[in-house]
Amino acid sequence: MPKIIVCLKQAIDVSQLRADATGNLVTAGVPRKISDFDKNALEEAIRLKEKIGGEVITVTASAEDAKTSIREALAMGADKGYLICDEAMQNSDTLAISVVLAEAVKKIGQPDIILCGEASIDGFSAQIGPRLAELLDIPVITYARKISLENGFVTAERTLEDSFEMVKTRTPAIVTVTKEINDPRIPSLMAIMKASKKEIVTWKLGDINIPQEKAGEEGSGVRIMDVLAPKVERKKIVVEGENPDDIAERLVKALIQEGVLGR
Amino acid sequence: MGEFKGLWVYSENYDLMLELLAGSCTLIKNSNIELAAVLLGSGMKEKANEAFKYGADKVFLIDNPRLKNFEIKTYLDALTGLVKSNKPEILLIGSTKNGKELASRLAARLETGCTPDCSQLTINEDGWLVTKRIVYSGRAVVTAIFRKKPQIAAVPPRIFEKMEPKEKSGEIVNVEVTVEEPKLEVVGINKMKTADVKIEEAQIVVCGGRGIEKKEDFKSLEELAQLLKGQVGNTRPLAEDRKWFTGWIGLSGKKIKPTLYMGCGISGMIQHVAGMRDSQLVVAINKDPEAAIFEVADYVVVGDLYEIVPAIVEELKKKMKSV
Repeated sequence: MPKIIVCLKQAIDVSQLRADATGNLVTAGVPRKISDFDKNALEEAIRLKEKIGGEVITVTASAEDAKTSIREALAMGADKGYLICDEAMQNSDTLAISVVLAEAVKKIGQPDIILCGEASIDGFSAQIGPRLAELLDIPVITYARKISLENGFVTAERTLEDSFEMVKTRTPAIVTVTKEINDPRIPSLMAIMKASKKEIVTWKLGDINIPQEKAGEEGSGVRIMDVLAPKVERKKIVVEGENPDDIAERLVKALIQEGVLGR
Repeated sequence: MGEFKGLWVYSENYDLMLELLAGSCTLIKNSNIELAAVLLGSGMKEKANEAFKYGADKVFLIDNPRLKNFEIKTYLDALTGLVKSNKPEILLIGSTKNGKELASRLAARLETGCTPDCSQLTINEDGWLVTKRIVYSGRAVVTAIFRKKPQIAAVPPRIFEKMEPKEKSGEIVNVEVTVEEPKLEVVGINKMKTADVKIEEAQIVVCGGRGIEKKEDFKSLEELAQLLKGQVGNTRPLAEDRKWFTGWIGLSGKKIKPTLYMGCGISGMIQHVAGMRDSQLVVAINKDPEAAIFEVADYVVVGDLYEIVPAIVEELKKKMKSV
């Protein structure tokens, strides 16, 4: 019976963000939710369990309480949730968070497969899956839009820039999934009620033997200096030129500098 | 600053690496930081010599028949060894999907930070790398500073422009590695068909309005969208009145918030604007200098879309050749 771990981030609901008068983005008080692609990972885990049996366990690392999000995951069909919650994790980057997740997975016990979203909806750094794979020394398949788990092998189809790549590896392995992989279910009232009886285990950093200096800003590789809202006011820059080619050249150059092409 | 020194660039996409070289030259201007290109693969000698012409002072070359095809784990192993023994201060990696995975895993192995999809890089007076990138689904720009070394940043294509080659040579450091069997087996590769994503999910939307005279004329918009890996959209009159399409973008139709919206021949009626106002960046092309769409545009092009759109397509094709 396979054991499936899903890494869930409690992300900021980015659609509800607002900037203050100075253009700084206010995240305090903004609703939190399970990061979109992580929800796809959870849905895929539940579908794997429905097909081949097994157990779905969620793991969340967060400086703030995330039980409501985990409860939602349990209502969707996860069997048990782990929350590593410690104020010392404030301002952690992906380096620090991946260490926490790796230690938590080690304490829970090696699963057959770990599923993550390809990236989080707020930070979008796409690093947790790959970093976790290195820390646990197991293979990783990123950007998967299809997965199958059979006889100790994972096969997945990766979405690259201009091709789909079918890859296969031995378990245990980590797979990060894209939103195309499925449409996450909405739990029924019955499922929500049943989920209230499922267990959420809460750990502090000390419970997984992580010293304070490995977490938070001190344990991070980068520090956030500021988070600014892009100016909402439209720029209304008139692109002029001698002829259409000239205008096109100037426009394309401006768009490249804006960083909107080729993401 | 301590034992770390030099700026390295690497991408499995050689042209992207040349762009990173150009960006790095600007970044380290007026400093004595050495700029090195890392080349991994098989039969790379010629490219190694060429890298100097595009700005590299030094080239680290791992030329091994076992590295003939790009495979993340084997390339990662080679790169890790190289970085551990030479300790670059900054490492810029091409932010492709594979490049981002590579950068993240390298950062994990070296217990350091990594910022992907950077659109701007600077070095502060203390020698720390400062990066800017878009977060919160386009709603914010985050500025981050490194606090551990090596500093690993991933930069996507077309942030920097490759420089004109200059006659120049430099030192090639040949490095030998032992290559292990990859853990992932590639079972098959399928080329992608034109992206069939939903318009609400498209990062780039090219939208047409009443300024387009015939349905066939949408071809040039489609070509533009395809080049940008985006989708084509339309306004309500083109669907409801002319019956060219079934859906539309607007208050009563689909609401989009792409990174880039390009409106072609769109007047900018309030109902349409309601469907696209959350776009991160808006380009509007219209013959009429008084068109309302210009009020909600970042880049205003007063001109005939029948001339401007093909010119943009040509310009992009030129640019893409260099990537």
